[in-house]
Amino acid sequence: MKKTLKERLAILSDAAKYDASCASSGTERRDSGRSGGLGSTEGSGICHAYAPDGRCISLLKILLTNFCIYDCAYCINRSSSNVERARFSVEEVVWLTLEFYRRNYIEGLFLSSGIIRSSDHTMEELVRVARLLRTEHGFRGYIHLKTIPDASPALIEEAGLYADRLSINIELPTDAGIDNFAPQKHPARIRGAMGDLRLKIDAAAEPSFRGRRKRFVPGGQSTQMIVGVDGANDATILASSARLYGNYRLRRVYYSAFSPIPDSSKALPLIKPPLVREHRLYQADWLYRFYGFAVEEITRTRPDGNLDLEIDPKLAWALANRERFPVDINRADREMLLRVPGLGPRSVNAILSARAHKALRLEDLGRLGVSLRKVRPFIAALGWTPLRLVDRSDLRDLFAPKPEQLSLF
Amino acid sequence: MLTILLDGHGELAEWRDAARALLLAAIPPEKVEWQGGDAAAGDLFNGQMTSPSPLPPPHPQAAAPTVPRAFLDLADTVICHSDPGRFALLYRLLWRLQGERALLEMKADADVAQADRLEKSVRRDAHKMKAFVRFKELPDSAGQPRRRFLAWFEPDHFIVGRTAGFFQRRFTDMDWVIATPKGTSSWDGQQLRVDLTPASKPDLTDAADDLWRTYFAHIFNPARLKVKAMQSEMPKKYWKNLPEADLIPDLIAGAEARVREMAERAATEPPAFHHRLHGRRKDGP
Ligand code: SF4
Repeated sequence: MKKTLKERLAILSDAAKYDASCASSGTERRDSGRSGGLGSTEGSGICHAYAPDGRCISLLKILLTNFCIYDCAYCINRSSSNVERARFSVEEVVWLTLEFYRRNYIEGLFLSSGIIRSSDHTMEELVRVARLLRTEHGFRGYIHLKTIPDASPALIEEAGLYADRLSINIELPTDAGIDNFAPQKHPARIRGAMGDLRLKIDAAAEPSFRGRRKRFVPGGQSTQMIVGVDGANDATILASSARLYGNYRLRRVYYSAFSPIPDSSKALPLIKPPLVREHRLYQADWLYRFYGFAVEEITRTRPDGNLDLEIDPKLAWALANRERFPVDINRADREMLLRVPGLGPRSVNAILSARAHKALRLEDLGRLGVSLRKVRPFIAALGWTPLRLVDRSDLRDLFAPKPEQLSLF
Repeated sequence: MLTILLDGHGELAEWRDAARALLLAAIPPEKVEWQGGDAAAGDLFNGQMTSPSPLPPPHPQAAAPTVPRAFLDLADTVICHSDPGRFALLYRLLWRLQGERALLEMKADADVAQADRLEKSVRRDAHKMKAFVRFKELPDSAGQPRRRFLAWFEPDHFIVGRTAGFFQRRFTDMDWVIATPKGTSSWDGQQLRVDLTPASKPDLTDAADDLWRTYFAHIFNPARLKVKAMQSEMPKKYWKNLPEADLIPDLIAGAEARVREMAERAATEPPAFHHRLHGRRKDGP
């Protein structure tokens, strides 16, 4: 008997939940106010709900189908898995997106798919969903399409006209890992597709002789790496991300700690990585992109090339570079202030503007919303000089969390 | 002591008129008592409050006051807060700004810090409203040229006016009404209306909520339970109007068992079509 729409929605959202990305920000601003139709994107995306796993639910994140002819070991949809299979029609996905959107459940659609028949056939179906939403229904909300490896350039080109973001998953940090666990995928071709897309995005950004820019994937491209399947350490993972950011100008690299999946493959390691490892990778990635840290600075602090799981990478860096502290908050430049554990870009800006008017004391920082407990050992302020960091042996204990249950295993 | 009575429904204009008059009359902040909102109006009638004072005439030598643009933006947001102290706080800032022009940049100043806090909380409430309003389709919607939707939301602050434009720009091709205890906004394709009289909760169901609940339950990964992270972003006070929220306790309670079951279920023999596709070799298509 054919499964109902609700039953298939259950299966195909179950199948999509291992993809970490749910962002709906970073695209152009547009709305339906003048043009008519439905939908808008205004700067940062909105999380319309949060699941008990703490993740933002911003998009209807589903698979068109979870049938797949590939056999990637870490994936619940691989051909050798006995998971229940289902399939939506293109029209059903369009309908679900619009009805969910009208009720303000979502910002838009994140559509991916297992590979059925061929890459081109699958990609064609994904593109058809986006085309119908944009052209038939005047949908102006967010669309993120997964691009299927090896799909033809013409299809990617068309996808880029409708989608805010395209992504192709690099899956694992090393080529050897991909060969091993995703035998039908080809790392060189995945990178080739990223490179092509970057060239297309760059070309569209060039103004034409009329001074107009073509609208093409305004939210850029992103990718996902699964952590803890192959043996790669954090230094390898972060170096691989840095290359992806540099070479293909990706907007985001998502890290997904390999998660136990039902009916999991015998090829997989038995040890699940703790969730906190993924969290530390995001923090390190953030330091690399927004705080002026080089990857090697972050990963050099431990001999095994892995990030400290107990304390965040910025604090770990500070403890490994104690001679750089204390930082005088009334004199240090922005770059150095950003390196103080406990200070983020917002508080650094507040400090820079407040200190133009008067020399700051610790209490002033408190009023700026800075957590004194965290910054106190690392800064000097008017009327405050900490004990020199190099002289303290208990610093790590000050910050390392009490033993806590971080994952269910 | 002057007593100034305002409606206090989040509109800047009434406060601004009063504050301008007070400033021109050189009345210092400590000589003004601000009253606003429905509670104040109640007090007025049961004799709890001294009657409001008329606005004073301007001081003969008063120059037209000026403020930095940033103050007006700040005031426009802070005035929406439900804190009864907001009027006095803003007047104190206005008063001090006449002498201390850079006051707003002194983020460590107690008044400025308080105003920033109120501003932040109004912005957050407005952001959460954009996120957590849930429209339900009206039963008579079918067959109409434009589909019709209604939402009920309970904001902390007076933000119905601030958020109306967002919903209009987003939900242009449908008619909608957002009713709240602090007023109602609505759009019919022609006109965006904001009415500040309190509305009461409508009784309405929508079949699509069931599909949404299905999605919510299945997009959740039981192996990654992080209840605190969820609750800090989706505080419980919003739950009662979210169709998906009553699923949460069971999802949390069942998570561990589901993960254990997954771990215990041994890898099984691949389905037949896998063997047709790949034989038993590892190779590419
Ligand atoms: S191709 Fe994608 S859906 Fe198919 S098994 Fe690999 S990761 Fe899973």
